Amino acid sequence: MIHFVLLVSRQGKVRLTKWYSPYSQKERSKVIRELSGIILSRGPKLCNFVEWRGFKVVYKRYAGLYFCMCINQDDNELEILDIIHHYVEILDRYFGSVCELDLIFNFHKAYYILDELLIAGELQESSKRTVLRLVDAQDCIVEIAHQQASSLKQGIG
Amino acid sequence: MGSQGGFYQSKEFLDLVKSIGEARSKAEEDRIVLNEIETLKRRISEPDIPKRKMKEYIIRLVYVEMLGHDASFGYIHAVKMTHDDSLLVKRTGYLAVTLFLNEDHDLIILIVNTIQKDLKSDNYLVVCAALNAVCKLINEETIPAVLPQVVELLGHPKEAVRKKAIMALHRFYQKSPSSVSHLVSNFRKRLCDNDPGVMGATLCPLFDLITIDVNSFKDLVVSFVSILKQVAERRLPKAYDYHQMPAPFIQIKLLKILALLGSGDKQASENMYTVVGDLFRKCDSSSNIGNAILYECICCVSSIYPNAKLLESAADVISRFLKSDSHNLKYMGIDALGRLIKISPDIAEQHQLAVIDCLEDPDDTLKRKTFELLYKMTKSTNVEVIVDRMIDYMISINDNHYKTEIASRCVELAEQFAPSNQWFIQTMNKVFEHAGDLVNIKVAHNLMRLIAEGFGEDDDSADSQLRSSAVESYLRILGEPKLPSVFLQVICWVLGEYGTADGKFSASYITGKLCDVAEAYSNDETVKAYAVTALMKIYAFEIAARRKVDLLPECHSLMEELLASHSTDLQQRAYELQAVIGLDAHAVECIMPSDASCEDIEVDKGLSFLNGYVEESIEKGAQPYIPESERSGMLNISNFRNQDHHEASSHGLRFEAYELPKPTVQSRIPPALLASTELVPVPEPMYLRESYQTPSVPSVSSDAGSSELKLRLDGVQKKWGKPTYSPATSTSNSTAQKTVNGVTQVDGASSTNSRTRETYDSRKSQVEISPEKQKLAASLFGGSSKTEKRPATGHKISKASTQMVKSHVPKSSMEVALEKTAPVQPAPDLLDLGEPTGTSVAPLVDPFKQLEGLLDTTQVGSAAAAKSPDIMAMYADTPAGIHDKDDGDLLSGLSKPPVTNMPGGTTTTQQEQRSKGPNPKDSLEKDALVRQMGVNPSSQNPNLFRDLLG
Repeated sequence: MIHFVLLVSRQGKVRLTKWYSPYSQKERSKVIRELSGIILSRGPKLCNFVEWRGFKVVYKRYAGLYFCMCINQDDNELEILDIIHHYVEILDRYFGSVCELDLIFNFHKAYYILDELLIAGELQESSKRTVLRLVDAQDCIVEIAHQQASSLKQGIG
Repeated sequence: MGSQGGFYQSKEFLDLVKSIGEARSKAEEDRIVLNEIETLKRRISEPDIPKRKMKEYIIRLVYVEMLGHDASFGYIHAVKMTHDDSLLVKRTGYLAVTLFLNEDHDLIILIVNTIQKDLKSDNYLVVCAALNAVCKLINEETIPAVLPQVVELLGHPKEAVRKKAIMALHRFYQKSPSSVSHLVSNFRKRLCDNDPGVMGATLCPLFDLITIDVNSFKDLVVSFVSILKQVAERRLPKAYDYHQMPAPFIQIKLLKILALLGSGDKQASENMYTVVGDLFRKCDSSSNIGNAILYECICCVSSIYPNAKLLESAADVISRFLKSDSHNLKYMGIDALGRLIKISPDIAEQHQLAVIDCLEDPDDTLKRKTFELLYKMTKSTNVEVIVDRMIDYMISINDNHYKTEIASRCVELAEQFAPSNQWFIQTMNKVFEHAGDLVNIKVAHNLMRLIAEGFGEDDDSADSQLRSSAVESYLRILGEPKLPSVFLQVICWVLGEYGTADGKFSASYITGKLCDVAEAYSNDETVKAYAVTALMKIYAFEIAARRKVDLLPECHSLMEELLASHSTDLQQRAYELQAVIGLDAHAVECIMPSDASCEDIEVDKGLSFLNGYVEESIEKGAQPYIPESERSGMLNISNFRNQDHHEASSHGLRFEAYELPKPTVQSRIPPALLASTELVPVPEPMYLRESYQTPSVPSVSSDAGSSELKLRLDGVQKKWGKPTYSPATSTSNSTAQKTVNGVTQVDGASSTNSRTRETYDSRKSQVEISPEKQKLAASLFGGSSKTEKRPATGHKISKASTQMVKSHVPKSSMEVALEKTAPVQPAPDLLDLGEPTGTSVAPLVDPFKQLEGLLDTTQVGSAAAAKSPDIMAMYADTPAGIHDKDDGDLLSGLSKPPVTNMPGGTTTTQQEQRSKGPNPKDSLEKDALVRQMGVNPSSQNPNLFRDLLG
């Protein structure tokens, strides 16, 4: 089970956090501080895994952004690496060659996408296409709402 | 589409994000965020805020909280947003509450009603949003409120909804197993869902259910095997492919389940051999995901009933992992090795130098994993080297969590395999000295017990030797400046019991030392208490031996100080000491017998010594005592209370007026625990009792084992301590026996394999190994004369070992040849999938496309449509080997060719829309837009704009 997902920039700035196990706000800050300290200081050639408080944290760096997931001792680390990559690929398709800036300004969208990919700490959907289709379906409603709003305005005006 | 629709937010919000991005210090960032919080607090409580504005405020709150600040003042507004009718607003509300609230938050009760309503919505997107929230927010108390609706949604026409409903039920199961225990059949049914996504999701709850109770799912083995086979043969829609692997995440989940089902079950395992063997052959070891599956295969192989051929394939993969340059693969290789050596212990030997390289690697993660492996392969021959290494590493690290773990492992290994008393005492001293306060107190109690009981059942002199050496080393260590409290307790206790036992040290010397301890650590009451009691013992032994007792002046002052102590415990001990000193030899002998810490104290729980008095009273006309349970007209109070308590915990809140009676909650207390509390004679002094209970309750102790804090004493054959304290040995031994039996025939195969590898590699390059490493390898791996065969470049083989390897060459060259041809001509019994994979790559049914096809009027004719019928027919044949009826449904579900299915057409257009990557125009537009918003890439963050995948 994935306990939390963390996106941290190379400078240690938090870009996204999602907690699937209960952590208080205080614990969360502590976890982020502790982990970004450990992970950001690791060299490029080392393992993408860190053992931490009896859990394992799998991380992968994309440009200046670290994607981290915390898992149980008996989970498959290589699989988690690919879940991370899977997520990044979906983000890439969605935003069109995603960059850190997309995630900074549209972090809520990154959350929506993550919600279609992982649920309750488990991978719920392994098809890229299905995830994107669901997110697009939600966005469509948003578009329609905007169009309606603007046409309403025009009508009034 | 995301980016052009992305910047809906106001300038204000973008400025906030920008200024945070440019903050140069944490303090500056905090100041900005606190300002923002003030602004939001003011704005959010204004009346009549337009919905869009409110939505933005909530997203800003999410942002603030993400940066680690408290946004709880706005939670209620997020909750209110979930009540909104518009999905657009509702979705933001749900996102915010799932991020803000933990399952025990008070506000959740306000959302339950909305969730109930939304689960009934006609719009499947609303239902999906509600289910997302259900997974995060619904707690044990509120499960009954939504459970019926969630179960109903399992039959929803949209697969996305079914999938989320399954995951929600899985979450419920994790929170409260009894709440969904009656729904197991629903999970089984969903396994045959015609959408692969739903089927894949169903594997999650099934995995959990099977972990708890393997036996009731044995009938599914065949189904799981056939699903895995179909997945591996690319029968699932192409959309599930990932990096050219067919649905790898589903494969991994299935392998995990098979590992559980096949564990210790020969018949079930035999069903799996073929498919796992196929996976070993098919998996692409050049991609990460391929290796993930291979690793999972190894886990599966090491868990199910052993099979020589599969073990061989597993060993091959492991050596490939270990030889890889990637640290990740080395790590996985070490882990896999740890799993496999349980079945074939010889396999470690051929990788000895690779293991040592990993042990000396600068990468801490890899190092720790290797220590874990060493821990698993410790024997009495290599225990000294391994424990010494562990202690050295333990001293070098600061991570308390890991320090604790490795310390307890050292202790455990030392207890099990110690070659000599001397070494054992020294090792324990080192562990206590360097990790004293992190070591569980039970470890200390255990050590005291071991010293008291000794380990030689026959040899008393060995015991006293052990004690003398302990006393000596402790007296030496007391000279050190600062010692951990736990260690001091052990030292005081041992000095009290055995300080004067061998007559080497005088009572005044030992008491002097004890007084020093009490003085030096005067703010540690526990240590002081131990010291005073030790003093009392020493004096008591002196008195009992009819020697003259001279109280040292420092002892006098200590006693006087403690007589006036604020701690009642210390005060009492001091008074006792005073009293004992005043007694005569005979009395002292009775209350403080020498070396009696291990004698059983009989507690007469029936109070039989009162019988005479009771009878006398009854004769005089007193009422006989009636036990509580036999009293008529009274409810069984304890039961009643239990029920009451249970009611309170499971139905704190009621959402419906009446409920059907639920199946009873299964008692999680193992019967053994109940039994142990009824043990009548308390076998030992109080402080030892806890450590006894651990082994007497196997199920509890196995739980404890996972936390890795306590010693795992159950089921381990002990070299130290009384053999009676490992009652679990009988069971664990038998299982061990089983695997050993299975391996006997395996051994032959794996050893030939190792030989081929040896020569194969040695021909590849000359290897040189430093003598130091060789020595270490020899001491770790049982001093085998075989040297390493790793193709490590830049190493040359030493003379002796070249000869050694050369002598192998002629013998095994045949085997090398065999190995080379093996992949070309696999054994016929494994070759049951005749058709080449090419045919099965054909376009398949994507249910999403089916539905899309229904909606989409611009259908494009597809050439593939003509092809699909015969592929479908091909599936229809497959259920032949499947006895489970449900499973047949899955296949037929998959094979139903939907009329409206138009693969290709719709997706390609979408693809074009989405794949913006190579289009420079888009990137430029994006860049321009960003600049327009006033956000420039700052100099301190130069790769902000670089693509994540670039």
